[in-house]
This record gives sequence, structure tokens and C-alpha cells, in this order.
Amino acid sequence: MTNTINLNLISGRSIQQGVAIEGGKEKPLYRTAAGIIEMDVSDFKKLGAWKSSNVRVTSKHGSVIVKAVETTQGPHPGIGFIPMGPWANAIIDPNTYSTGMPTFKGVPVTVEIAMNEPVLLGIELVQKLCGVKVS
Amino acid sequence: MTKTITDVICPFCGTLCDDLEVVVSDDGKHLLEVYNSCVIGTEKFLHSQAKDRITRPRLRQDDGSWKEISYDEAVEYSAQMLAKAKKPMMFGWSSTNCEAQSVGNEIAEISKACCDNTAATCHGTSLIAVQDIGLPSCTLGEIKNRADRIIFWGCNPAHAHPRHMSRYSIFPRGFFTGKGQMSRKLIVVDPRVTDTAKMADVHLQVEQGKDYELLDALRVAFKGEWLPDVVAGIPSEKIREAADLMKSGRFGIIFFGMGVTQSLGKNHNIDEAIAVTKDLNEYTKFSIMPMRGHYNVTGSGEVFAWQFGFPYSVDLTRGFARYNPGDTSTIDLLIRGELDAMFTIGSDPGAHFPISAVKPIANMPSVCVDPHLTPTSGVSKLHVPVAFNGVECGGNCYRMDNVPIDCRKVVEPPEGMLTDEQFLIKVRDRLKQLKGVA
Repeated sequence: MTNTINLNLISGRSIQQGVAIEGGKEKPLYRTAAGIIEMDVSDFKKLGAWKSSNVRVTSKHGSVIVKAVETTQGPHPGIGFIPMGPWANAIIDPNTYSTGMPTFKGVPVTVEIAMNEPVLLGIELVQKLCGVKVS
Repeated sequence: MTKTITDVICPFCGTLCDDLEVVVSDDGKHLLEVYNSCVIGTEKFLHSQAKDRITRPRLRQDDGSWKEISYDEAVEYSAQMLAKAKKPMMFGWSSTNCEAQSVGNEIAEISKACCDNTAATCHGTSLIAVQDIGLPSCTLGEIKNRADRIIFWGCNPAHAHPRHMSRYSIFPRGFFTGKGQMSRKLIVVDPRVTDTAKMADVHLQVEQGKDYELLDALRVAFKGEWLPDVVAGIPSEKIREAADLMKSGRFGIIFFGMGVTQSLGKNHNIDEAIAVTKDLNEYTKFSIMPMRGHYNVTGSGEVFAWQFGFPYSVDLTRGFARYNPGDTSTIDLLIRGELDAMFTIGSDPGAHFPISAVKPIANMPSVCVDPHLTPTSGVSKLHVPVAFNGVECGGNCYRMDNVPIDCRKVVEPPEGMLTDEQFLIKVRDRLKQLKGVA
């Protein structure tokens, strides 16, 4: 039985993500910067995961593989942070409640260890989820 | 010999730093070095010099491969797409100049399109709140010279606007703030202990999504009325401490960001933040300002408002401008499947929209005008690379405090490449022919 934990997911800017989008979203650096979930040390313990191992993050709206890293802007037990980008947007709540603005922050998610599953590159992830034929 | 160009504007975030120095080669074709900018701005300037840059438009073929085409063919595809579509969307605009935005609005009018900017995913809800109750604001210069109480609410400038604090809000020595950081008190409200929060005099680690409650509690605390022991995860004594700190300043400013605009409550969170500002003006002078993200998202709102009367989510399908966020907003239109063509420029909805709003883009005629390879170009039918605005061409942009600043061209684009404005003018002229408009 795989261990899972429940977190409240928020997404937003990080300076590494900012540098990566200007450096080229097709590059692996973008994945290193934004294909991650920043979690609190206490949540790592609850999950029983090694730092920097791949995890599957699932919400009502989708599921995505990202690398779990220890937060540098904590403590924030119970909160998971995925930098803004395709990985976060694969699972955030698209409901705008008639404002035009999706709910990028405050999405209940579950996190489970997915040691052997790969984190896709940004463009690759979006193309795969959209079913775009690539040659 | 190299040349150093001074007073260059940085086209990354809404802070629009205007003190960069850029070193270019003698022939003006190569950009060699960037000084004074933050790490993100530097990367933006230097990436324009990438050797693997795409310099010609590409059309996606049935087998998924790209075929290089000429700019004229790209103009024809775009104009035909907009002419045939019943409800096209022209989205983006925040990473281009006001001149290009204005041409884009002409195209939108001729093709009866919907048009929207990236406020859809940043400060759209702030704009709704401003329409609800107004916005007592000021300029960043006033903040530098006068503000002694700085509140960052749901924003993290250490990461998102890296030079904001050193140029305007925390560290600079202004006319009435001669001791720089020593003359200011910093309050940060954020559910994480962000790198900005680590510098704060008071950090209110609010429970995520409870901003409205905390703002309301502050209004109670200003009046010295009863409060529960804990509100939004913050003990009442700490709320009173923050309230007293705010009231005791000579000039205060609330900067707010995605923490309030994107959390539940949305525009109502900002309604309440503006109400807090209004209340504080009974005790001292207070202002409030949204921390705008893209360097010219403010300009896009200005140009939309000036030409159509509304700052975002404009629908021209009936031949006149309508505005009704939730109905005429891009993400809602995409998810409801109401659009039949997508024209994206100066933004990346593929990366920054929820995936359920990106899928429809992959299944309709679509054009992506962007110098970079992005998830949007990855799902669009046509990718049109253009010159980097603010690096390879100039143009007007608006800083986050609505001050217009002219960007500067510092280096030549690769040979034969068009700017946003040049490409849009060609599309507009061809569209006029197709539609029989004089």
C-alpha cells in the first residue's frame, strides 16, 4: 500500500522559474525550476519520501508527476507549492467563479511516491495532455 | 570596440527598471553584456542572442512536423483564419508594446473578435474590484520618497519583482525617507515564510485562502473593537500589533499580488483590501497598488480601456464592445468551447492556463506570435517568431503604477525578422482586403 498525504496546493512565481522561462521553455532547466513540488519537512516525513524523489500529485482536475523538493520558504506544513507553469496547471482548479480567473491557489491534492515515473519536459507535457501529434 | 548603451528599460516585470546598461558590439548586431538588471532581466536580454533561435514562421503539418514558411504566407494564414472565424480570440498583448496592441485592436474590430490580456490570470479580479469601489493609488516615485509603512500582501517581490525593493519600496533613500530601510517598517502577509517575509518586521502567516477574514479583522482592530482570539490562523494580539504599526506611519502602501487575486474570494479579497486602505486614510495617508507581472500588462489594460472602454475580457462579436468577466473571459470561453480560432501574441497561455483551457487551443486554427518556443507554440498550428520587444525594437510600455515609459531598441534583430507591430500591420492590411474594408 503506497503512502499518500493530503496537501493544499498553491502555485506562483519563483525566481528560478522566471529565469527558466526567459532562458527557453523547451530546455531541461525549465523542468528543474517548475516541474517540482516544494513541501515542508514534516510532510516529507508523513509521506515517507526521500527528498528529491519523484511524486504523483493528483487533484479532482488531473494528475502530474513532479519532483518533491524541500521548501526553502517554510515552514509551511500542509501546503504544497508548485511554481507556475504546465505542471501546476495540469492539476489546478479551472473554475473562475465568473471572474475570468481560475483558482490557482488553494487546490486540495494528494501526493504519493512515484519513484520510477519520469517528470516530462514542459512543452512535452502540454503536447501529451492535449494529444498533439509530434514527429 | 564595443558600445555601452545606458538607461535601458528592462522588459520583464511591471517594475520596468530604467537604469540598465547594455554592452553591444560595434556593428550593433550582437548583445554582449547586461549590467544592473536582475537575474531574470539579464536572461531575457541574453536569450535574444541564442544560436538555436527560430527566425522564420513555421506551419504544423498533418504528420506533426514543422514546415518553414515565409512571413507573407504566415500573414495570409493569420488573415484567412481571422476572416473565416465566427468567434476568434486575440489573447496576450502583455509582452508587446502599446503600438502593437493598438494595431491588434484594429484587427479585433474588423474580425469581430474577443480580445483579452494576461490580466485573465493575474490581476483581472483586481480590475473588477477597482470598478467596484475605486483605487486610491500613487506612483512608485512617491513611495520611494515618502512611504514609511510597506505592506506586501500575497506577493513575493524577492522572486517575482527582484529589484522592486531596492529601487522603490524598501531600501532606497528618498526625500522624506533618508535612512532607507531604517526609516521603513515592512509587513508581509503570506501563508509561506517567503524570502520577502524573512525581511519583514511583522510577518502574518495567514491561513491560505483566509485573506478576506484577516483584512476584515484589521478593520476591526483599527477601531479597537472586539476580536476573536485567532483569526485566519493569526493571534489577535499580532493583528492589533500590525494594525497599530500601519496607523502609526506617515505614508503607507499596500502592494498586493496573486495571493489575493487567485485565492478563493478573488475580487472580494481586493474589495476588502481597498476598504482597509480607505479606513487607514482616517488616521494617516495610505495607498494601494497591484504588483503587475508582465512588463506591459498595465499598458494593455490602458490601450483596451482607451479604445474599447474596458481593461480586459472584451467581446466585439456583436460589433460593439461588451465586457462581462466569466462570460467574455478567455478561459471561460475556451472551456465552454465557444471559440473557433485562437490568435496568441506576447504571452503563453499554453503554460499558464489550466490544461482544460489549453486542450481546445490544440484543436482549432491557431497562431502563436512569440520569439520563444513555448507550450503555446507547441500546440498551435502556426508559430510566428518575432523580434524581442524592448531588446530588438522599442515602443511604449506602462509601469505597474500606470506611468508610461518608452522602451529602447539596443540591438538589431536577426536579418529579415519582423517586429510584432510590423507583422500585425501586414495581417491588418490583408484582413481589410479579405473583408472589403476600405
